[in-house]
Amino acid sequence: MHPLEPISPRSRVLLGILFFVLFIAGWSFATFGGFVSKTFLADPLTMLQDGWLLLTKQGFLWDIAITVWRVVGGFILASLVAVPLGIAMGAYKPIEALLEPFVSFARYLPASAFVPLLILWAGIGETQKLLVIFIGAVFQIILMVAVSVSATRRDLVEAAYTLGAGDNGIVRRVLIPANAPDVAETLRLVLGWAWTYVIVAELIGASSGIGYMIINSQALLATGQIIFGIIVIGVIGLISDFAFKSLNRWLFAWRLA
Amino acid sequence: MPDNSELVMKGVSRIFPGVRGGQPTEALRPTDLTIERNDFVSILGPSGCGKSTLLRIVAGLDRPTTGTVTLEGQVIRGPGADRGMVFQSYTLFPWLTIRDNVAFGLREKGVPERQKWEIVDSYIDKVGLRGFENHWPKQLSGGMQQRTAIARAIANNPKILLLDEPFGALDNQTRGLMQELLLGIWEREQKTVIFVTHDIEEAIFMASRVVTMTARPGRIKSITQVPLPHPRHYTVKASPEFSELRLKLTEEIRGEAIEAATHG
Repeated sequence: MHPLEPISPRSRVLLGILFFVLFIAGWSFATFGGFVSKTFLADPLTMLQDGWLLLTKQGFLWDIAITVWRVVGGFILASLVAVPLGIAMGAYKPIEALLEPFVSFARYLPASAFVPLLILWAGIGETQKLLVIFIGAVFQIILMVAVSVSATRRDLVEAAYTLGAGDNGIVRRVLIPANAPDVAETLRLVLGWAWTYVIVAELIGASSGIGYMIINSQALLATGQIIFGIIVIGVIGLISDFAFKSLNRWLFAWRLA
Repeated sequence: MPDNSELVMKGVSRIFPGVRGGQPTEALRPTDLTIERNDFVSILGPSGCGKSTLLRIVAGLDRPTTGTVTLEGQVIRGPGADRGMVFQSYTLFPWLTIRDNVAFGLREKGVPERQKWEIVDSYIDKVGLRGFENHWPKQLSGGMQQRTAIARAIANNPKILLLDEPFGALDNQTRGLMQELLLGIWEREQKTVIFVTHDIEEAIFMASRVVTMTARPGRIKSITQVPLPHPRHYTVKASPEFSELRLKLTEEIRGEAIEAATHG
């Protein structure tokens, strides 16, 4: 093992799996060995049983669907607002000067702290859930997109100018395509964060969703169900991340060529 | 137009404001220069002599502190398609294929599809890149990328072609081939060209006039005619006339290079 020395794809996959195995082994040892009380931590088998019951008997699939819809809905709303704004900020300095200080401030407002306020404003329906994710995502996306667009290679912009591009052409034919991969990467990152916000939103004032199931299971001391819920979130995150990555690689093949 | 002068610079100077209360930098002393239609002029000088600044002002990418530049009587106020530019850095749009890169300016102009691709393909042929049309810039060598950049600039049919050390990042052999390629295109197409370089041999081989510049603050030191006949073959570099010109310009530039090296 030397610094930065590459490893074969095979050993990469094997090592990645190995840690999952170690993790589950440690968990099994702690629970089956009786080192941790069953009240506080269910063992892996109980967790799987609880999960199966959740899926087959308690309509947990519906909760999953509801949560996915909230995440995707809020995230798409935020992207639709934030990406054009971020591009405008990156491209035009007066717009940046106008919005950047406020957006930088708003970015640090924790989305979860808005939950009580949003319940007052929007009730406990879907609008409130979408708004939590929207607030959590929109400022982050605006700022990250604006930073990428600002950092566009100057010589490419100048080359386009000498080829006769006007201001509009610079934005549409240089700034946007040049930064599309970075924007896509930003969206991938923020989608991951949106999952955190949705669970927080569902812990309070919800009657469906993965977060609602988790908080319900707490009352029943059903730690197996809680852990199953958490794992489901992890798996969905992994799948969506993988899909997003593949899509980006396909869309922006020029970057890897 | 009876007057055959294409580009006229009058009293063009550039002073960069000081950074953080520092002294302003005088990059270019007031400079006059007239370039005739279809002339090929090299601007030769040590690094930091303001030759690139001068070129960027002509391109409209930088504004002169004093003076004006006119192209066919029109004062230059900003960049435009009438002045094509090839940069030292590789500036092909990485998200476009070679073909789409060459078509960039024509698309911006709104040239009809069929005519556009005819022009694009003919220039891709002229720079010897047939077979690479659908490659991305990253897949090409530096020399091929610069050939594409030349095709992209000329396909737009500018009145004047500006080249800012376009072969500066290439190895010696590639550089020689690129000089011949560009010269060949110029001999066939006839264009007004300003070619900025710090390479004496390159400046002579390419141009009909070599303008030398002094170390910072830059100003024109001398203008030398290059009476070598066209078409020029690379063997001309071994001729006595060429050596004589090289010696003369080396003398002139040497003093400036020393100046530039000691005062930075």
